[in-house]
Amino acid sequence: MKLNELTAHEIRDLLKEGKTSSEEVTKVIFERIEEEEDRIGAYVTLTRDTALEQARMADKKRKEDAVVSALAGIPISIKDNICTRGIRTTCSSKILSNFVPPYQSTVFEKLLSRDLVPVGKTNMDEFAMGSSTETSFFGTTHNPWNLETIPGGSSGGSAASVANNETIVSIGSDTGGSIRQPASLCGVVGLKPTYGRVSRFGLVAFASSLDQIGPLTKDVEDTALLMNIISGHDKKDSTSANTPVPDYTSALTRDIKGLVVGIPGEYFVAGMDSEVETAVKKAIGLLEKSGAKLEEISLPHTDYSIAAYYIIATAEASSNLARYDGVKYGYRSEEESLMMMYEKTRSEGFGAEVKRRIMLGTYTLSTGFYDAYYLKAQRVRTLIKQDFEKAFENCDCIVTPTAPTPAFKIGEKTENPLQMYLSDIFTIPANLAGIPAVSIPCGFSKTGLPIGLQIMGKAFDEKTILKIAHAYEQDTDWHLMVPGEKHQIKNRIS
Amino acid sequence: MKITSEVVSYVAKLSRLRLNTEEHKLFTEQLNQILSYMEKLNELNTENIDPTSHVLPLKNVLREDKLFPSLPIDEGLANAPDKSGGYFKVPRIIE
Repeated sequence: MKLNELTAHEIRDLLKEGKTSSEEVTKVIFERIEEEEDRIGAYVTLTRDTALEQARMADKKRKEDAVVSALAGIPISIKDNICTRGIRTTCSSKILSNFVPPYQSTVFEKLLSRDLVPVGKTNMDEFAMGSSTETSFFGTTHNPWNLETIPGGSSGGSAASVANNETIVSIGSDTGGSIRQPASLCGVVGLKPTYGRVSRFGLVAFASSLDQIGPLTKDVEDTALLMNIISGHDKKDSTSANTPVPDYTSALTRDIKGLVVGIPGEYFVAGMDSEVETAVKKAIGLLEKSGAKLEEISLPHTDYSIAAYYIIATAEASSNLARYDGVKYGYRSEEESLMMMYEKTRSEGFGAEVKRRIMLGTYTLSTGFYDAYYLKAQRVRTLIKQDFEKAFENCDCIVTPTAPTPAFKIGEKTENPLQMYLSDIFTIPANLAGIPAVSIPCGFSKTGLPIGLQIMGKAFDEKTILKIAHAYEQDTDWHLMVPGEKHQIKNRIS
Repeated sequence: MKITSEVVSYVAKLSRLRLNTEEHKLFTEQLNQILSYMEKLNELNTENIDPTSHVLPLKNVLREDKLFPSLPIDEGLANAPDKSGGYFKVPRIIE
């Protein structure tokens, strides 16, 4: 049994029984990273010293019989757009390549105070703008299941680090699918919580009305355990919701009898990838066998979500990224005049995709175009949100594919940005509506690439989607597969 | 073409970006392609639909007007590309 292949709750049990130490687990993780990082490239920055120090502290606390949190001593990787005090936070951009935050994000603060062990900062699409981790200034992350394919994005480094056992759990962010799509493509669990469920204080802003932080893990129980830690109101984030946080693990009962699962016709269209369709339909069949009731539903405005999303997200991004001007932090290119300094700094500091989105957002917000684009998109957003409200009158959750295809080849879509945007079709609607959605492994393509099942739920009802996800997971072995020559099922601990 | 080469230059200026010839040509092409796709929103009649700027039912969130310590100057300046005497330093603005 390899320690780095275990889940957080499995390691927690070993720690409780004194069969291993956090220091030992952490060392095994760093051995794995040393062996694998040349092939995978999941990390931008490693924090070995901090990790070992934190691990020893967690061990000490456990020994002294102090009350420790459920995940004390568990290694975790953090997406590099989440501010970590004293640890470089780059957003995988040249413009922030030397930025060391002088303050702590709330989410990282919470993880440290619960004695988790920070392994490092994970690679991502620059400023979370992308679906493949190819726009990173530090180079592409490779999918552990096939090194020639992308890991998905933008939290590609987080997903790859979990899938390849270079961490135990991870934290990512999701603006249009950036947790769920890489989770799907790397064969792990990824949850985008309800907008407002997790504090975003210290998350570098991309599109403020859509961004949300969430976990990427090897199984549903680990996601529930992490959600117990990171959820909740934060007075430093005025958009965080003051709604009570339940114990998410209490939902993991495997009893889904009578729950109504909505199946939207709009997500199963002619011409869709047949392997994805087969895997997802099989999964739906299994849910029915377990006692769930299937209900055909309609989300009629699905087809408009990409257009609405890319107007709203780029408009908000163009405004949020105005702060990178070479004055207070980050990269600066010296020039004689202030205006020239701004322009040169931004032109050299941002990559092509970020520039393209800033241009697009600036255009749609500019005088004369605001009503036709931004306001129009916001009105369409209302229609999409209403689709979900109506659908949830007749069902408890909605099940779809997470991504239209398994992982595509590196370089396949970089020349055609619109093609890349279209690959977000199934994940974007949940961000526009603000609802929670989880992706879990539900099969493999013939070429051995993971396929993901998406379960969307009502606002603040993460419990129901985790319940369904957990019930499905416990009836299948997909989450136990580890990448390698033969895609073997890992040894169960007991 | 919805967006001409001149519009791209104007938007680049508003964005404080300097595009080289190649980028300029590429972005003109790609922005047109992307914006043509966005046209599909016009298939929908949204006349009586309120815009959603935010999914949470939040109004202004206020806090007590209370003093608390802020970032010390040296920490605030620690990431500055250039600084002088406790200030951020930028190229001369006034001649």
